[in-house]
Amino acid sequence: MEKYRANLLMCAGTGCVASGTPKVRAAIEEELIKKGLENEIKIVLTGCNGFCAEGPVMLVYPEEIFYQKLTVAEVPKLVEEHFLKGRPYEKLMFKDIEKRHAIPLMNDIPFFKHQVLRVLRNKGLIDPDSIDEYIARDGYMAAAKALTEMSPEDIIKAIKDAGVRGRGGAGFPTGLKWEFASKSVADQKYMLCNGDEGDPGAFMDRSVMEADPHSVIEGMIIGAKAIGSSKGVIYVRAEYPLAVQRLQNAIDDCRERGLLGNDILGSGFSFDLEIYLGAGAFVCGEETALMRSIEGQRGMPRPRPPFPAHKGLWDKPSVLNNVETLAQIAPTILNGPEWYRQLGTEKSAGSKVFALTGDIRNVGLVEVPMGTPLKTIIYDIGGGMKNKKKKFKSVQMGGPSGGCIPEELIDIPVTYEDVVKTGAIMGSGGMVVMDEDTCMVSTAKFFLEFTADESCGKCTPCRVGTRVMLDMLTDITEGRGREGDIETLQDLSNDIIATSLCGLGQTAPNPILSTIRYFKDEYEAHIHQKWCKTGICSDLCSFEISEDVCTGCGACARACPQGAIVGEKKKPHSIIQDLCIQCRSCYDRCAFQSIKIGPAKEKDKTAVAVKDQEE
Amino acid sequence: MLQEIDRVIQQYKGKPGSSIPVLQRCQEIVGYLPPEIQKIVARGLKTSAAEIHSVVSFYSFFTMKPRGDHNIRICLGTACYVKRVEEVLSKIKDNLKIDVGEVTEDKKFSIETVRCLGACGLAPVMVIDEETYGAMTPKKVPEVLAEYS
Repeated sequence: MEKYRANLLMCAGTGCVASGTPKVRAAIEEELIKKGLENEIKIVLTGCNGFCAEGPVMLVYPEEIFYQKLTVAEVPKLVEEHFLKGRPYEKLMFKDIEKRHAIPLMNDIPFFKHQVLRVLRNKGLIDPDSIDEYIARDGYMAAAKALTEMSPEDIIKAIKDAGVRGRGGAGFPTGLKWEFASKSVADQKYMLCNGDEGDPGAFMDRSVMEADPHSVIEGMIIGAKAIGSSKGVIYVRAEYPLAVQRLQNAIDDCRERGLLGNDILGSGFSFDLEIYLGAGAFVCGEETALMRSIEGQRGMPRPRPPFPAHKGLWDKPSVLNNVETLAQIAPTILNGPEWYRQLGTEKSAGSKVFALTGDIRNVGLVEVPMGTPLKTIIYDIGGGMKNKKKKFKSVQMGGPSGGCIPEELIDIPVTYEDVVKTGAIMGSGGMVVMDEDTCMVSTAKFFLEFTADESCGKCTPCRVGTRVMLDMLTDITEGRGREGDIETLQDLSNDIIATSLCGLGQTAPNPILSTIRYFKDEYEAHIHQKWCKTGICSDLCSFEISEDVCTGCGACARACPQGAIVGEKKKPHSIIQDLCIQCRSCYDRCAFQSIKIGPAKEKDKTAVAVKDQEE
Repeated sequence: MLQEIDRVIQQYKGKPGSSIPVLQRCQEIVGYLPPEIQKIVARGLKTSAAEIHSVVSFYSFFTMKPRGDHNIRICLGTACYVKRVEEVLSKIKDNLKIDVGEVTEDKKFSIETVRCLGACGLAPVMVIDEETYGAMTPKKVPEVLAEYS
């Protein structure tokens, strides 16, 4: 192996690639050649680093210096300073927002400091297309141990003792699932992987498949041995082309090395797997629907029992595990159940990956021990609100099946049980943070649009009920809300929960129920006062400038697309109400928070029309 | 084109559960799945046209309408929603003078919406063909579209 003075680990996840990794990489390569350093410094493209918002990011080994927001223009300076003169280049380092100083080392950055990496153990460290690099990080040692030293019962016991629970959302004990399938007698069993990550706001599975595809495959090999399966399928969304490509490459490499196929590692055990591309249907995340989809049919759920462990894909016993679940199997087998239980709580052991997004400063993927307080995740790792002047309002967990957790519950430890108590669910781990400018009624409506659209149509309560609730929410946000709407929404929600067949319908009303539970005053203001206090529902608000705060800077007047803001320089401005279309541009632009949002006003609607005509 | 479709069908023929991969390949070849193509696939896989149509109409990946030369996919996931992707979408609609699911007169662009592209770190996100554009703003729309015209 050739030796290099430094390795540049550049993130080539979807996020960083979109932010410009390929261009920056080409620029660095060119610059290294120019300076004659191409034989001393090596560029390695890795999977997703997790700190997506700061992309493109790069980690320089051996010093472990972290560079972010790389641009082609900065490359010559970076190469000259760091790689030629040996002075790390401060300008591209992460900056501490309060103290305004640069933080050179990755592990000193708060975003990384509080994390423990198990599922994401190889993220950003290895080339995902290299099986050798995976093996160098203890890869396939667990598979070898499981295939040569352990019986299926041993494997199941280890996973049960560890307390591994499914990371796809429901948190069903993985060991138990394997045990059921293991006890089923059949000529063929299937080991399946659910890579149909459909929850909007969650992207950890994509990241694992892109950054460390072998960890998923190794988990599947171990699972296959436990249940006695010789065939596996990884079901991946067609929207994740990079993940598909890396998985396929990993499978090919495994076949070549004898880690998939007949008589793996001479153990007598045979297992092979293939990739199946999903075709875009959220409901296919449900296990029975996913299996119908692999059979080439409409992905509609069917009643259980019979459970897939007895009759699954092609009516054969099948186990379906989520990507993140499978990625933690190998280290658990290798290090034992006690190691797994070192993190987390009694009932929620281990660690969990969360996708932090929304109005938060540090957006990206984080892995923390189960039971970490929500507050730590949002403030210490996430760095608090993106706009420091705005207050935290709520964090949405569990996607369209989940709910909104309000500020007063931010101290809860994040475990399956504690999250459910709030009315949200753990789900796949999406955390969308919202600041005070978010309208909770509109948020509920957003999720209902999603579920009404994605309902497969099999059960009437879900198909029709979600549509009816969506119409009601639309009415409320457009000023047609009526007395009693809140109660009707609650009744309908409970009916849909009680009478739907699968998880989609049973959880579809959660966003409504949880927002009513914590933000009922907002619903009431929408219905009774025709007032959306955040100014998001444009039919239910009016904007005014408070004269005593306004400095007359004119920023709002320039932002207004209607020319509805008038006033002299350095003197308080005012809004011509008849021309205002409530677009909220002035509110977003004002640096002094002088724009106030009031209830809707009667106005001469012809004024806007006349103005449009004039233009 | 028909020969290519035939080759795909021959490759999968007799393999259970092959309708979705076959349709995916056919859509790659033709660009969309009009009833004629669905009938050819049904005949080739020895199943009914109704069966094939039930699959095509169920999954959002399949389209029965032709797309433009450049297909714009806009993410309507939660993170993008919170970061107000709606404003970006309406700007694109205004610029191209078409609605979601339509194609411009010169057949150059079409707009689709998708549920989460999994690039939430870059929200709001859109994808044109295979290229991902993150941190979109209404202001950036004209320059991004200009790259393709």
